[in-house]
Amino acid sequence: MTEHKYVGQRLPRYDGMQHVTGKTQFVGDMRMHGMLYVKAWRSPVASATISRIDVSQAKALPGVVAVITHEQVPNNRYGFAGDFPVLADTEIRYKGQEVAAVAAETEEIARQAVELIKVDYKERPAVLDPFEAMRPDSAKVSPTGNFVMFDGKPYRPVIRGDVEAAFAQADHIIEGYFRTAAQEHCPIETQTSVVQTDSMGRTHIHTVTQAVFFNQGTLASILKKPQSMVHMLGGIVGGGFGAKNDPHTDHICAVLSLYTNGRPVRWIWTREEEFVASTQRGATHMFFKDAVTNDGHIIGRQVRSVRDGGAYVLTNDYVAAKHAFAVSGPYNIPNIRTHAYAVLTNRRPTSSMRGFGIYQASIGHELQIEHIAKQLGMDSWRIRFLNAVHDGDLSATQAVLKNCGLIESLQQTAERAGVKLDDEFLQLSSKAVREA
Amino acid sequence: MAKKRGVGISAVWYPTGMSGGGDPSQAIIKMQPDGSVDVLIGTVDIGQGVRTVVRQIAAEELGVPIERVSVTVVDTDSSPLDTGTFASRATHQTGNAVLQAAAEARQVLLEVGAQQLGVEPEALVLENDTVVVKDHPEQAIPIPDVASHATWAERRLIAGRGAFGWAVAKVDSETGQGEPLHTMAYGATLAEVEVDTETGEVKVLKLVSAYDCGKAINRLLVEGQIDGGAAMGLGSALMEELHPYYPSLEHHPTGFFSYMLPTAKDVPPLEAVIVEMNSDTGPYGAKGIGEMTANSQAPAIINAIHDAIGVWITDIPATSEKVLRAIEAQAGEDIQPGYVPPEPYWPHEAIAG
Repeated sequence: MTEHKYVGQRLPRYDGMQHVTGKTQFVGDMRMHGMLYVKAWRSPVASATISRIDVSQAKALPGVVAVITHEQVPNNRYGFAGDFPVLADTEIRYKGQEVAAVAAETEEIARQAVELIKVDYKERPAVLDPFEAMRPDSAKVSPTGNFVMFDGKPYRPVIRGDVEAAFAQADHIIEGYFRTAAQEHCPIETQTSVVQTDSMGRTHIHTVTQAVFFNQGTLASILKKPQSMVHMLGGIVGGGFGAKNDPHTDHICAVLSLYTNGRPVRWIWTREEEFVASTQRGATHMFFKDAVTNDGHIIGRQVRSVRDGGAYVLTNDYVAAKHAFAVSGPYNIPNIRTHAYAVLTNRRPTSSMRGFGIYQASIGHELQIEHIAKQLGMDSWRIRFLNAVHDGDLSATQAVLKNCGLIESLQQTAERAGVKLDDEFLQLSSKAVREA
Repeated sequence: MAKKRGVGISAVWYPTGMSGGGDPSQAIIKMQPDGSVDVLIGTVDIGQGVRTVVRQIAAEELGVPIERVSVTVVDTDSSPLDTGTFASRATHQTGNAVLQAAAEARQVLLEVGAQQLGVEPEALVLENDTVVVKDHPEQAIPIPDVASHATWAERRLIAGRGAFGWAVAKVDSETGQGEPLHTMAYGATLAEVEVDTETGEVKVLKLVSAYDCGKAINRLLVEGQIDGGAAMGLGSALMEELHPYYPSLEHHPTGFFSYMLPTAKDVPPLEAVIVEMNSDTGPYGAKGIGEMTANSQAPAIINAIHDAIGVWITDIPATSEKVLRAIEAQAGEDIQPGYVPPEPYWPHEAIAG
């Protein structure tokens, strides 16, 4: 074993003391000469078509420097699927969606200007239930349909072995339905940007994003500029948990800064804005059906999941796929069929939140295995040890698993909690070769 | 009416890095003429302490005191690219990139030191801020002297580049076959709860967890992830719900008066064990720990509620209202404890039942 001087040590965070004593300068602490304040007009309804946006009165208010709508955005669509508008143009898909934004001398003037913006819209029935959205006769959240597509399919399949054969062979078929809720990340620091476009047309963005370069690409595409003309400065973040992977304020501020004659613009979301308009964790429905033997082996598992995906595709396909790959759980199950759906609904967009589809999966497979244990009259530890993955087992996608550690994690949890495990479980090891 | 206790467990896994791959992290290391070190990364520290981890790795590999290593914040003008801090990827991907960059910088340092000492670079090691001849430890030059010599006399830049990330995975569109997930990390949690059968309130008395994150490069930071994850996991199990009348938008919370987060008074004593089943892929054997530590509490808590009062909560979070309704349903009342889905319509599928 190599001796390490620093690796493995208990060292405090090197910027930690500055953070907790209020000395760190976060983006929201910045003040720049000539800085303007931003506010946005947000939709009060969940679904509508827009017929007219009138910003003339807002523009005329003294102290207002710039007002933008979708017409001022060089490229108004972004996201993995290219479906998310920076500012809504022809339709509104969720309550809180931004339609226009103002930069003014003070926050108060910006607020007053927003009240002078007139948006003519015709409300449509909102589709909020993903099961309704899945029906062929459902109203459409997106003109292209309510399903997030995966290589031409409305779900991400993961197939291993023959699950029907397992059902035929099983002593028990055990089904379970579980739902996890939508959540807000609640970072201490709300979405914040300070942005300036200089006389050379280079846009400087002080950002709180978790993914600076990912967003540099997105911003360059929205601004229709080469990436080198989009200068991003970041890396100090007051909490993210996935809330700061997608742009929330950077893109709107960047576009506004094109119209302020070089003056910087600053936008800090209120807590209410964070709650109604930032991306959220998508509520997820999971339907399990397992083939189980009398001795507690799970020999087949079918999972159908429905992610309540919100108004735009964003990262839904990524999250649903990751969920599909992992939802059968850390167990050696030879026959698996998973179909993971992500369905659009008229609620604020969903995206990443700590756990990215596997948070939901963990709840699903762990409640399901407990249901199985109770139905079989089996001990909670035993059923997990019995099915736990070993090195050399195949995952649901038939990749060879290495460096497994579930058995050891269970053993050490029990030990620390003072639970006396049977010797047969204490002798197990992830590295033990499985008997054929 | 009584307070009843129960215990539940859970087991979880989590991949390190982006599902499906294609997630590079890059690093540049350069040494200043005084032997101090700049590590340039594009990786955002979201509070988990990745800058501290990177600093440890650079100091370890270059043999310099950690106080002389500076890790930049992110500026796209000078930082090399990083895909982003998500997917439990920073320590693993950026850590590997920093290891590579350090190896390249170290080679230059050794070459210049070898010239000064009149030996081959292979004969040298870096130790305690010196370049040392392995077999003749009395022959040594302080690293700052080598750095100065390299800069001013040899006109050489002591620097290194590194890049790491998963290759884009080939995944079969019909079966999912392939390797979209890498370097799985594991964890388990035991929760003990007390359920008030009169109010439906669930109090978590104890959370004991063990997480396999491979080599823990900084145990203090790993424990920080585990404690933070426990609080977040507890909130998701019992409190946090954006749609109290799901799927309706009614009473959508707009602040902390209507959206409950756990506070210090809700979080029980936490016990955590770090399990180190080292990976073949990570720096020193590390795996990702970031997200997994918030995933194991909710199922353990829900299972503990069942152990306590014999009802299954299947609509998470288990708010007091849902627990109370479940108790009433158990007593035979015609009441739904939570959301019940309609009979789903599965399009384009030929799956029976």
